[in-house]
Amino acid sequence: MSDSTDPVSSNTPTNTEPLDDDILMAQLQEEFSFAPQQDDRHDYAGTCIHAVNGVELVTDASGVAYWPAEDTLLVADLHLEKGSSFARRGMLIPPYDTTATLRRFSQCLDKWQPRRVIALGDSFHDAQASERLSIENLETLKLLMRNRDWVWITGNHDPTPPVGLGGDVVECLRDGNLVLLHEPKEDSENGEISGHLHPKALLLRRGRRVSRSCFAGDKRRMIMPSFGAYTGGLNVFDKAFENLFEAKAFHALMRGDNQIYRIPASELRKK
Amino acid sequence: MGTGITEKQTTGEMPLSALLSTVFEDWFERKKWQPRAHQLKLLARSQQGDSTLLIAPTGAGKTLAGFLPALYDLTTRAKRKPGAAKTNDTRGDGIHTLYISPLKALAVDIKRNLETPIDEMGLAITVETRTGDTPTHRRQRQKQKPPDILLTTPEQLALLIAHKDAGHFFQDLRYVVFDELHSLVTSKRGHLLALGLARLRKLRPGLQTIGLSATVSNPSELCRWLVGQNRDGLNSHEAGLIVVEGGAKPNIQILDSQERLPWSGHSARHAVGEVYETIKKHHTSILFVNTRSQAEFLFQNLWRINEDNLPIALHHGSLDVGQRRKVEAAMAANALRAVVATSTLDLGIDWGDVDLVVHIGAPKGASRLAQRIGRSNHRMDEPSLAVLVPANRFEVMECQAALDANYLGHQDTPPLREGALDVLCQHILGMAVAEPFNEDDLYAEIISATPYASLDWDTFERCVHFVATGGYALKTYERHAKIKKTEDGNWRLTHPRFAQQYRMNTGTIYEAPSLNVRLLKYAKRDGKGLAATTRGGRMLGKLEEYFLEQMVYGDTFMFGGQIVRFEGIRENEAIVTPAVSKDPMVPMYAGSKFPLTTYLADHIRDMIADPKRRSNLPKQVADWLNVQGKKSVLPKKDQVLVETFPRGDKFYLVAYTFEGRIAHQTLGMLLTKRLERARARPTGFVATDYSICVWGLDDMGAKIADGSLSLDGLFEEDMLGDDLETWMQDSFMLKRTFRHCALIAGLIEKNHPGKEKSGRQVTVSTDLIYDVLREHEPDHILMQATREDAASGLLDIHRVGDLLARAKGQIVHKDLEQVSPLAVPIMLEIGRESVPGEANESLLAEAAENLINDAMTV
Repeated sequence: MSDSTDPVSSNTPTNTEPLDDDILMAQLQEEFSFAPQQDDRHDYAGTCIHAVNGVELVTDASGVAYWPAEDTLLVADLHLEKGSSFARRGMLIPPYDTTATLRRFSQCLDKWQPRRVIALGDSFHDAQASERLSIENLETLKLLMRNRDWVWITGNHDPTPPVGLGGDVVECLRDGNLVLLHEPKEDSENGEISGHLHPKALLLRRGRRVSRSCFAGDKRRMIMPSFGAYTGGLNVFDKAFENLFEAKAFHALMRGDNQIYRIPASELRKK
Repeated sequence: MGTGITEKQTTGEMPLSALLSTVFEDWFERKKWQPRAHQLKLLARSQQGDSTLLIAPTGAGKTLAGFLPALYDLTTRAKRKPGAAKTNDTRGDGIHTLYISPLKALAVDIKRNLETPIDEMGLAITVETRTGDTPTHRRQRQKQKPPDILLTTPEQLALLIAHKDAGHFFQDLRYVVFDELHSLVTSKRGHLLALGLARLRKLRPGLQTIGLSATVSNPSELCRWLVGQNRDGLNSHEAGLIVVEGGAKPNIQILDSQERLPWSGHSARHAVGEVYETIKKHHTSILFVNTRSQAEFLFQNLWRINEDNLPIALHHGSLDVGQRRKVEAAMAANALRAVVATSTLDLGIDWGDVDLVVHIGAPKGASRLAQRIGRSNHRMDEPSLAVLVPANRFEVMECQAALDANYLGHQDTPPLREGALDVLCQHILGMAVAEPFNEDDLYAEIISATPYASLDWDTFERCVHFVATGGYALKTYERHAKIKKTEDGNWRLTHPRFAQQYRMNTGTIYEAPSLNVRLLKYAKRDGKGLAATTRGGRMLGKLEEYFLEQMVYGDTFMFGGQIVRFEGIRENEAIVTPAVSKDPMVPMYAGSKFPLTTYLADHIRDMIADPKRRSNLPKQVADWLNVQGKKSVLPKKDQVLVETFPRGDKFYLVAYTFEGRIAHQTLGMLLTKRLERARARPTGFVATDYSICVWGLDDMGAKIADGSLSLDGLFEEDMLGDDLETWMQDSFMLKRTFRHCALIAGLIEKNHPGKEKSGRQVTVSTDLIYDVLREHEPDHILMQATREDAASGLLDIHRVGDLLARAKGQIVHKDLEQVSPLAVPIMLEIGRESVPGEANESLLAEAAENLINDAMTV
């Protein structure tokens, strides 16, 4: 954790009341902070462990989750070639998003060295996206996929398997106590890991607001943050999240620069 | 136009009949008016084919002067018969005169004023307006059957010249009249307009311009603006200049408040009673404030004590248009006693018999104040009457400085900036929409526009490539190009949808996304919040989305002059109901604060240094400065005072730099970084127009005393190098600027308010684009445009540079045991002023840590 002194900024109290610490305390009583463990291959600094259906997952500030028991890395919503997808419609936004996304993801792979990667859907922004990959990016991606298992779970943006890349393509993957799929279901089974919604959380304290992309999870399920360079977020209190969690009985694992912050939903705001 | 002309005026030496026909002579005769010297002079020059800038105070008959050449020419040359050849004695049926004003309302107002003399003289001249509000069918008709005189705005001109029929539409154009030119040219809007003018000149090489302007500090800049540059072997050309000296000097007073003068704040709450009494003593008053928040606040507080039920109205840019028109009409009909207004009323609209201008808060600039005061009393030979109401002690000095400047006739309008590149990109697409263009020709046309006179070919070409394919080093968008170079060497639009895209996104005025505010008598609620059946009610106006986003059900705020309760958001509307609250919020609006000008800052420093100049300050302020002199130091004019003192559990450093709030915020960021590096453990800072205050955990005074912290080092000029670069990279301000540039340049389309996110992303946030572009192509043309913008606008780096140069060897340090009188105002701002959006990760840490602490202490 970084130090707790006043942040350097000239700050602000707009008109929002500070959060009521007593209420917070009461809600926190049942809370328990998991102390990150270490293993000999990985550095757990800055991560936070979140258990879904009894399976411990290590959430990383870069936006991926590591599953130690299966030596598997989870990532959601890469949205590769989103930039060129917009260009086709006349918005010529910088064509570097795939490069940026793959660069960041390759750092994650370097860090966790997983035996297997599961991409939880919307890995490609549209059906032709994998064909538009530049030669360099295609090479990079193939390199990343080499010597490990790779599962492409299909999503609404990429319902068809990518062309000529390899890897398994499935709609849904059951593994141990987890069910991995793209879009979270209202009547899910325990252990559901999904993406699709691009969760972000807003924290308000002493009139200041911090909004960050996050993992959203309780004991039954977890929704992954979106990883792609051009993917924005949707507040965890948006309608789309309704019925996915018991009211406010979940946590947002908010992504700091190098650190995950585990914040109970009761602390968060919609706006 | 009646407002412009008084009865007893001299013609000068010019015989009227030499210039005007009998129709005009008779009309002046009947009105018992005489044309003024400058009106005739302008007419004579126009008839010789010259372009001219007319600088005149309000009430000098500027508008009539601007239109006389057109009216006269229109009456003396008959329209040619259909099919007949054009000769010198006839004219075609296209637009003859184009009038451009910064405000829609002004165009409407001028139409009314222009129709009076046209009707009275029985002239066969048609006048029409064309603004964003003009219905489509009328626009269509205007294209087919153009009026003689078209009154319009810069955005509409951009649309007109981007039309494929532009050549035909403007084939008979003879005059372009620019009203309030001083206010048109200062922004990106002015850059777009200058490019539009360059195109008009290309369509009609003989075109003449007439600029009408208030007094400015450098008229020759405007003279250059009016004519084409880089031609006939010379780079610089100027229009002729006619200056009408001001009439009677305004009578300006500073409110001598009997109340205790506040140390800080901008509300002038203390003086509301005295302002009210002043209103009562006059017929009609305009109460100018600096921000919409202040307008709401003042209006609310005046009505609280309005026992006489005086008709007092409110006018600002967020209010519903219908509501504003009502206020304007009531004003013109002299039905109001006072109107509380922001800069939406700054420009020359006809205001009826205003006999007093009250300026609440700091004037921020001498010229700005002069223009506002000019609003009262449109008769230029009688002195305008104005009362300044400073809201705090520093503002008293600022008011005094502005008052002195006004007496001396000094101007401090900002110098014109080089043309912005994002605007150029937008224009290039517009020109391709009009017709295929040849690069060399377009470049020559563009550098004829004054703001772009020194644009180099390379930058121009990069802009063309940006428009075509995004201009990225990685050339992957060739097949998605918006414009393409064809075999004949011309750049051509690749698809008509880009023309549509251009038309929907023309202009440079960036409005933060906002929502309509609808007032209901009551709002039905169900279990989930606002009932879906919510209907009816009255539109109050628009409010920025980011303010409304912070609201939760039940919050109260001031808007449209009343207190309302936030009920919820329904589609693109915020629903509110009437409420009673002692402590409603006042909406904060984006971009409503002007920094103090250098000129006024100099004079405030002078006042602090020179006892003689303090003599006419109110006693409370004089006493305050005297105590400062005893307890600390009153710095000499060229010195920069730095005080250090402890308070509570923190140590403070206050620097009195007087460079305006924006420059101070930049300086604050940089100073904090340096203090961090010097291990002085700074934890925050706050900036005002006058000074900057940094606080931290270490005794900075002691460190300066023992030499471990050097003030000279702290203010070393090189801080504008790497430190600035590093900080700017991540600054939210740069991201905000980038967004603005991306919108103007057409990288992304304007965000339409109310477009609800549906879980699926329909746009890409410009913040994300910025991050990616910064990493992969930091020298991209849009990044360049962003940095140039930020340097002069949001960060005011030039002024920080000036200050650092000035401070060299001139820093006076005073280590104190407690806060000094001069430091009190800024100390009170701590926790009040803000740098919005600089979201801080340590907040997350704090929340998460609390969690652990709380969990551990159970």
